[in-house]
Amino acid sequence: MSQMHSHVDMLAPVEDVGGAAQPLLQVKGLTKHFPVRGELFGARKTVRAVDNVSFSIAKGETVGIVGESGCGKSTTARLLMHLMKRDSGEIIYDGMQVGRALSLRELRRGMQMVFQDSYASLNPRLTIEESIAFGPKVHGMADAAARALARELLGKVGLRPENFANRYPHEISGGQRQRVNIARALALSPRLVILDEAVSALDKSVEAQVLNLLADLKREFGLTYLFISHDLNVVRYISDRVLVMYLGEVVELGPVDKVWDAPAHPYTRALLAAMPSSDPDKRTEVPPISGDPPNPIDPPPGCRFHTRCPFAEPLCAKATPQLTTLDSTGHQAACYMAIPGSGHSRAPAREEEAA
Amino acid sequence: MTNLVEVRDLNIRFTGERTVHAVNDLSLSLREGEVLGLLGESGSGKSVTLRALMRLLPKKRTQISGRVKVLGQDVLAMDDEALSNFRGQTVSMIFQEPALALDPVYTIGRQIAETVMRHEGKSEREAVARALEMLEVVRIPSAKRRLDSYPHEMSGGMRQRAMIALALACKPKILLADEPTTALDATVQIQILLLLRELQREFGMSVIFVTHDIGVAIEICDRVAVMYAGQIVEQGSLRDIVRSPVHPYAKGLLASTIHGAKRGERLETIPGTPPSLDRAPTSCSFAPRCSLAQPRCSEQLPPAVQVAPDRIARCVLAEPAVAAT
Repeated sequence: MSQMHSHVDMLAPVEDVGGAAQPLLQVKGLTKHFPVRGELFGARKTVRAVDNVSFSIAKGETVGIVGESGCGKSTTARLLMHLMKRDSGEIIYDGMQVGRALSLRELRRGMQMVFQDSYASLNPRLTIEESIAFGPKVHGMADAAARALARELLGKVGLRPENFANRYPHEISGGQRQRVNIARALALSPRLVILDEAVSALDKSVEAQVLNLLADLKREFGLTYLFISHDLNVVRYISDRVLVMYLGEVVELGPVDKVWDAPAHPYTRALLAAMPSSDPDKRTEVPPISGDPPNPIDPPPGCRFHTRCPFAEPLCAKATPQLTTLDSTGHQAACYMAIPGSGHSRAPAREEEAA
Repeated sequence: MTNLVEVRDLNIRFTGERTVHAVNDLSLSLREGEVLGLLGESGSGKSVTLRALMRLLPKKRTQISGRVKVLGQDVLAMDDEALSNFRGQTVSMIFQEPALALDPVYTIGRQIAETVMRHEGKSEREAVARALEMLEVVRIPSAKRRLDSYPHEMSGGMRQRAMIALALACKPKILLADEPTTALDATVQIQILLLLRELQREFGMSVIFVTHDIGVAIEICDRVAVMYAGQIVEQGSLRDIVRSPVHPYAKGLLASTIHGAKRGERLETIPGTPPSLDRAPTSCSFAPRCSLAQPRCSEQLPPAVQVAPDRIARCVLAEPAVAAT
């Protein structure tokens, strides 16, 4: 980065306020419900898209969110970016409450997002250079300096500026466009980048290139990532910690190896077992779970997974299990089978786990 | 050994504002009772090949040459009447997006019954009974009630099951599957794959399964053909290709899947991008991206080398004499 400063201006990075111990992002009780029209004269219904979601992201960390469609992972991302209003909950960036200590404008400098659809997220009437330079100009950079920065960043994402700067989004491939989107996100010198299915639409060989690029950029710019994907292999590869979401709630959270090697929630186990095999001699024989994910409109009461869970007992339908810490690594799960003394027949005894 | 499908030297060009050489000199065969995977990235020509087997490509803009024989019939020579008998009864297809493949204004039961009446001349009552039977075969819960459902009233996984029921209603000998699980959630995808595997055995069908996902191919295919730039670069048994790919592209594709990669390690990638297909290939299409390319790779088309029985690779490296040096 010091090299860059020698010949190209960048926006000054958002200052580190809280120090290394302060999480870069803290989310507490984030909730978003969408009202939908019910039957005529029927009761109003609500999509509980995101319900009481809490987590934090340490500086320099990569946190992954996995889950199936309708689980609320993209809504969570949009709420964090303040692209839609939340119903309740707190979003704290580097110790500062957004809206009070930190303005929305400053937040968007410190937090940027890359979307799945590389084409829809670029203005078709702007050249690639103009698209990347747009943000810095809004934040007060002179036109020439912003264009120079755009060209520099194009180089950083592996696109030669002399070939690409003056082209339009429709003239380049999907993988190249996603590189442009990454360059655009970096143009504001953010510290946190939210990647919402950013590699999902790419072919495998291109996906691998972009993942390598993300690793390089993280190191070079000292970035923190929130990586949202339905692809478990990719999430495992890139994340330090992972959140598993189901119908708007976090059901399991922990270091990625812990969650993979010792999943505590039956939904996580089903999700992992549903991954296609990589060995022709060890094909999947029995589907790990039956049925489709239920409609997030008026989800089941109690544990939302109990309608598909092979271990469900009456108490699962009554009250929602809280996300409970299981060990010292920060592995948490919201399942009565993992909560000591919960009353579920498979729950560990309270005494043993009293610590 | 009987081949249900025989494709020889298939070439497909799309004409219009610019010409696209979508499929080039492609030959493949499908045997009785096997699942053949067409594996490749976007633009490799796998879906176009599949559609050509049912002549689903736009007539005015497509030039097809070569030979396509299905159960001994010349598909490229069929007239409209013959085609419409052939589609659905001998060969049928399932697609990635059931929401687009099903008719939104008819119930599921109606759509299946109509197909049965059209192809088998059954009465309406018999046809509705078949529709119910099919919904049960694909394990749609409370099938009787679902006969009267419209596609939009069903979840994605359920719609995909309904489309499979529709495709199999007339017991076709051959099923063509164009990424049928790509749009589905992980826990639903595996259910549909296992269902297809089971139905394939039960009905004794042969299947050509197009996918970009090696994991999916591993779950369902017996043999695979790896496609690149409109050509098959390697084909053989699934096990052989997954374990010991010969063609550098097949190798790179397998290596670049994230399966089991360690965090922090760099992923293997194939540098560069696939060629534009505006000209017919005169040399190896993969040579510009290949780390093992030799001068002759960019001078002439690579030979199709029989590596082992039932195993072909289009690469100079597969030639025994060259491989030794």
